[in-house]
Amino acid sequence: MFCNYLKKMENYMRLTRSSLAIAAAVALMAGVAAERAAAEDAIIVQSTTSTKNSGLYDHILPMAKAATGVTVNVVAVGTGQAIKNARNCDGDVLLVHAKSAEKTFVEEGFGVKRFDLMYNDFVIVGPPDDPAHVTGSSSAVKALSMISASSKALFASRGDDSGTHKKERWLWKLAGVDPSAASGQWYRETGSGMGATLNAGLGMGAYVMTDRATWIAFKNKGGYQIVVEGDNAMLNQYGVILVSPEKCPEVKAVPGQKFINWLISAEGQAAIGGYRLEGKQLFFPNAQ
Amino acid sequence: MLDRAFDSYDASPVEDAIQPPFPLLAARGLCFEAGGARLIDEVDLRLDAFGATVVMGPNGAGKSLLLRLLHGLIAPCAGELLWRGKAMGEAARRRQAMVFQRPVLLRRSAADNIDFALKLHRRADRDRRDMLLQHVGLLEKARQPARLLSGGEQQRLALARALATEPELLFLDEPTASLDPASTQMIETLVLAAKRNGVKIVFVTHDLGQAKRLADKILFLPGGRVAEHAPAARFFDRPTSEAARGYLEGRIVL
Amino acid sequence: MQDMAQAFGVALALAGSLDADLVEIVGLSLQVSITATLIACLFGFPLGAILATARFPGRGAVLVVVNALMGLPPVVVGLLVYLHLSRSGPLGFRGLLYTPTAMIIAQTILITPIVAALSRQVLEDLHHEYAEQFRSLSTPRWTAVNALLWDGRFALLTVALAGFGRAIAEVGAVMIVGGNIDHLTRVMTTAIALETSKGDLPLALALGMILLAIALAVNAAVMSLKLTAERHAYA
Repeated sequence: MFCNYLKKMENYMRLTRSSLAIAAAVALMAGVAAERAAAEDAIIVQSTTSTKNSGLYDHILPMAKAATGVTVNVVAVGTGQAIKNARNCDGDVLLVHAKSAEKTFVEEGFGVKRFDLMYNDFVIVGPPDDPAHVTGSSSAVKALSMISASSKALFASRGDDSGTHKKERWLWKLAGVDPSAASGQWYRETGSGMGATLNAGLGMGAYVMTDRATWIAFKNKGGYQIVVEGDNAMLNQYGVILVSPEKCPEVKAVPGQKFINWLISAEGQAAIGGYRLEGKQLFFPNAQ
Repeated sequence: MLDRAFDSYDASPVEDAIQPPFPLLAARGLCFEAGGARLIDEVDLRLDAFGATVVMGPNGAGKSLLLRLLHGLIAPCAGELLWRGKAMGEAARRRQAMVFQRPVLLRRSAADNIDFALKLHRRADRDRRDMLLQHVGLLEKARQPARLLSGGEQQRLALARALATEPELLFLDEPTASLDPASTQMIETLVLAAKRNGVKIVFVTHDLGQAKRLADKILFLPGGRVAEHAPAARFFDRPTSEAARGYLEGRIVL
Repeated sequence: MQDMAQAFGVALALAGSLDADLVEIVGLSLQVSITATLIACLFGFPLGAILATARFPGRGAVLVVVNALMGLPPVVVGLLVYLHLSRSGPLGFRGLLYTPTAMIIAQTILITPIVAALSRQVLEDLHHEYAEQFRSLSTPRWTAVNALLWDGRFALLTVALAGFGRAIAEVGAVMIVGGNIDHLTRVMTTAIALETSKGDLPLALALGMILLAIALAVNAAVMSLKLTAERHAYA
């Protein structure tokens, strides 16, 4: 019975073949436009969000294009997601900040070689009334202990396996606190990006750990201030890796490597160091 | 010889003086049930190939149901339909047409409504379409949206569309029930013209005057059963059933 | 509330300046969502017509499934499409991930059930009206379906608008399969998400207002077209 309908459906499709052709043509046109952009020396960089949200790419990519001819398309997601996407071969270059995860990525053969690129640091921002009294502390570990001990303080975590989240978990471990036991109580895991977590943390009056670049560029500060900074434990190292053309034959290794070479060249490093937002340097180049 | 061969076949109570070998349409033991109630009960009847048969009966007697059963729009719970002596199939149904009480017109122009029926019967042809529109007096309105025509015009268009299929048998289910006298008269004139052209007419109406003007035969259906099937003159002069006498005198039956 | 007022100003300034980036983003939004709507109608209308006119075993179950799929979360659609288009997925060789084509595919999948379910409702009502007449004329099923689609065209236009509205407003699917790449796959909704994550709430809100204005304009254009055509075709 149903076969009968399918057969008739085919007949119908034959009737509407012309309109089908039109729709297919439209879809193709849309696709062709996209593939044209992808066809030239264009690569996809799977990136962490901080480098994008802070405006760094807008500053350096035109220079990279001028110097190398490579068009760089950036997909900005959390570091965890970026590494997963790169493992699926959905990117040519990986630019993230989670050193141990990056090393694993290379060791497992997904990446060719990891280069240190630049660093900045993490800070903890908090509400104006600072309920845990951590302002001015230069020890992240001590500040986190105080926040966990305070009955009035909340902490908003990325909770998304990003580079920032990995760093935060590491700091909690050093502080000897297991915040996941209090998840949903004073420890709030947003499971989203840095910006969304800042918006959420501000909304509920929670402390948030963020990279400095995102914080400076963030426009919805709402009276929040940096309460903890300057701890060496909160340094934030960015690395860049070419996705392995052996694992992923589709990888555009030549333009990808060209872009990486430029980033770690004197010219690229100067471009990174030269980026200023509100008069402040956001990233400190340290390629060897 | 042939006649006798079919005598045993003929079990209907039709009071015909001359019985052709095959009626155009015959129903045997037709019934219809809905919600546990038997609305059409054991209807046997023979419709010969010419003239107009007017179906009469009080409200709720099942006249519309009977028409739909005969036209094959709904399935009977039992019984059979014979078209020229053979089980009625899709090919026979294509020799019939129906005009409903409320015309169902496509959301298109008057001309496109006719074209739709013509195409179905593989007779798409501008001249034929224009002739049909001319015939029902709608040629000037060929390009107007069908559903913006007046009630009378819509019914005439529905009639023209039914005629476009060149039916041998045309069912009309109270086509003039909601029309003014002038429109009613136009429909009647068109129906009589179709009859003259050899189309068998089966027409449902409540209107005694209309029945007298149109009918060659009357089929009287007081409550799901055929009470009388007689030549019109005899039905009006000497109804044989008590129900028919009551109906004609305006008394309540059922 | 201050943000609202500020956003309104930003929206007006943006719209007034015809900023090149904004025009590009709006253009891509329209291109992707209109294409997706057209393709969804191509499949959804016949599917709706079949469901409206045919009686077959399991029809009730199919209706429930199609109606339930109207609530398909965009993120889930995005993920499914991502998994297929990823270079490590079965269709990865086409290189479609992070292109407008991928976004069109995702939105088409998202709104086809909406178009099918709503057109089923519209066409079933119409079929209810026409069924006896069609049967009387011995209308073949596919002639009847075509007639329903044609005669229901103005109601189906509204159905298409509902699909378009869902497509242009969703962010979850296009974010995942498009990647929100500047000058390549950035559309209004992903731009709004980006500005929100940057904490630039007035700009995000302003973009939202512009998106709303575009949706209003598209709806108004289609509706006025519909009214004019309707007046000429039927009442």
